[in-house]
Amino acid sequence: MELKAGARLKSQVDETQVIVVRAPQGDVELSCGGAPMVALDADGPGGELDPAWAGGTQLGKRYADEDAGIEVLCTKAGKGSLALNGAPLGLKQAKPLPASD
Amino acid sequence: MLLEMAGEAGEGRLAVGGLSYPALLEQARRAAAWLGQRDAANVGLVDVNSAAGPIALFGAAIAGRPFAPVNYRWSDDQLRRAAERLAPAVLIVDAPVVARLAGVDGVEVVTREAFLGALAGVDAPDLPADETDAPAVLLFTSGTSGDPKVAVLRHDNLVSYILGTVEFMGADDDEAALVSVPPYHVAGIAGMLSGIYGGRRIVQLPAFDPEEWVEVADAERVTHAMVVPTMLSRILEVLDARPDVKLPALRHLAYGGGRMPVPVIEAAVARLPHVSFVNAYGLTETSSTISVLTPDDHRDAVASDDPGVRRRLGSVGRPLPTVEVEVRDADGKALGPGEPGEIWVRGDQVSGEYLGVGSVRDEGGWFPTKDGGWIDDEGYLFIEGRLDDVIVRGGENISPGEIEDVLLSHPCVADAAVCGVPDSDWGEAVAAVVVAAPGAQVDVAELQAFVRDRLRSAKTPARIEVRDALPYNDNGKLMRRLLKAELHSGG
Repeated sequence: MELKAGARLKSQVDETQVIVVRAPQGDVELSCGGAPMVALDADGPGGELDPAWAGGTQLGKRYADEDAGIEVLCTKAGKGSLALNGAPLGLKQAKPLPASD
Repeated sequence: MLLEMAGEAGEGRLAVGGLSYPALLEQARRAAAWLGQRDAANVGLVDVNSAAGPIALFGAAIAGRPFAPVNYRWSDDQLRRAAERLAPAVLIVDAPVVARLAGVDGVEVVTREAFLGALAGVDAPDLPADETDAPAVLLFTSGTSGDPKVAVLRHDNLVSYILGTVEFMGADDDEAALVSVPPYHVAGIAGMLSGIYGGRRIVQLPAFDPEEWVEVADAERVTHAMVVPTMLSRILEVLDARPDVKLPALRHLAYGGGRMPVPVIEAAVARLPHVSFVNAYGLTETSSTISVLTPDDHRDAVASDDPGVRRRLGSVGRPLPTVEVEVRDADGKALGPGEPGEIWVRGDQVSGEYLGVGSVRDEGGWFPTKDGGWIDDEGYLFIEGRLDDVIVRGGENISPGEIEDVLLSHPCVADAAVCGVPDSDWGEAVAAVVVAAPGAQVDVAELQAFVRDRLRSAKTPARIEVRDALPYNDNGKLMRRLLKAELHSGG
């Protein structure tokens, strides 16, 4: 599917939800727990978590692949792990900005 | 969504008004259910800062209704006009406001106490926050004539701002933010969202008062705060009178919302040497901050002998990584480093949209700020003020700000404002109004010479008037247009 910054997606096989912070160009597959992620308002989870993709997601953490130009933020934690076109997304270290308000 | 995340992770942390994160989420869900029983299109708030503000803000978001905080200091006419524009609406208000809004069609007025009381009687269903790109917050801009414009900030804008600038639950356990800007100011909204997403306990001041600010900051061991420049100079006055108060817990003070005179920030750095200062520049239409001068930038500027680096203390720093800033000339052509023009901005957090008007962004998504400024060769952004305020003297554009800074650096001057007045020779002439420092006498000729020595004669006020006070609106913004009109009519 084509990803768009600001889009919210959920896993079909676990509790994970994400928001897209930076979207790559073109048609890609973002998956969680081994199954493609779907729009937040799509019909509820189905299928089984693939044990090969069960590293888990952490609330509030960023997952990214710099080269692919993707970054997502986990808005609900789950047991699955994230991948783009089959390549795992790494945990991104935050570069903190000073608070301005 | 932001609060849902915080509600899940913030167990054991206090959010605001003694409520933990899960408790705040619960209250917001109750508020959403309560709002769901009403056919109001908008949720207004006409009140000082209290826990009802964030409950209503997040409750409205969950219920899918825009949240519209309104200035409670407005006249009855202005308030009623704002209420009419929001109708059909439910307005949560400070008790004295009820009578002032009596009989406005399509508006249900509920006191803060009644609102909070009603929540106890509502179930809190596990409502998902149904955010799309729908309007989240409506803010009345502080226009001085006619109907104020209403800026529309969508969920996408605000979420983009928060995700781009705040680390989720990134605050240390002891952090506390003092919110003293009013709820109808974009910094009040942004402060609420940042504090809650970042996991920082929020301490609210119902309304700003410098004595109270210092008291509360000290007593609550406040670590973070955001103030507008006039607030900071009044806080410094209080601190000057009370050398015993050191505010040891305070470590981070952000300022913005108007031009900070360099003498004021220098005095603040000297008085509070343990505090990191952050200058934030942003507009209502850009969902708050778009550019920051960091604590390190402050330290480097203060310590430097290089005038180019030192000068950056008067800049608003560099744009956020998630925002692009460009300076353009009147024909829309992008300008290079050091060239002054209008500041344009682009990014997901930039709304640039008004109720009943639509978006004023150009086809590339750029929003014209109507602020004049320039960018130095290292990317630091300097704001020269509203383009409308620029004085055109004999074809030369003169910014009031730098003249005001020079006036303020004179020991006899406590406050100063500069504006253009019609002049038969020059088109416009530079005029200044100053307030004398306590016990001081202003010698106009000497002050003119003082400016001439530091700037040049074109920038020297042809006329200087001494007054007891300058006119500020309640956001601490100098009402330059009012002053200009007075000076004009005064001859």
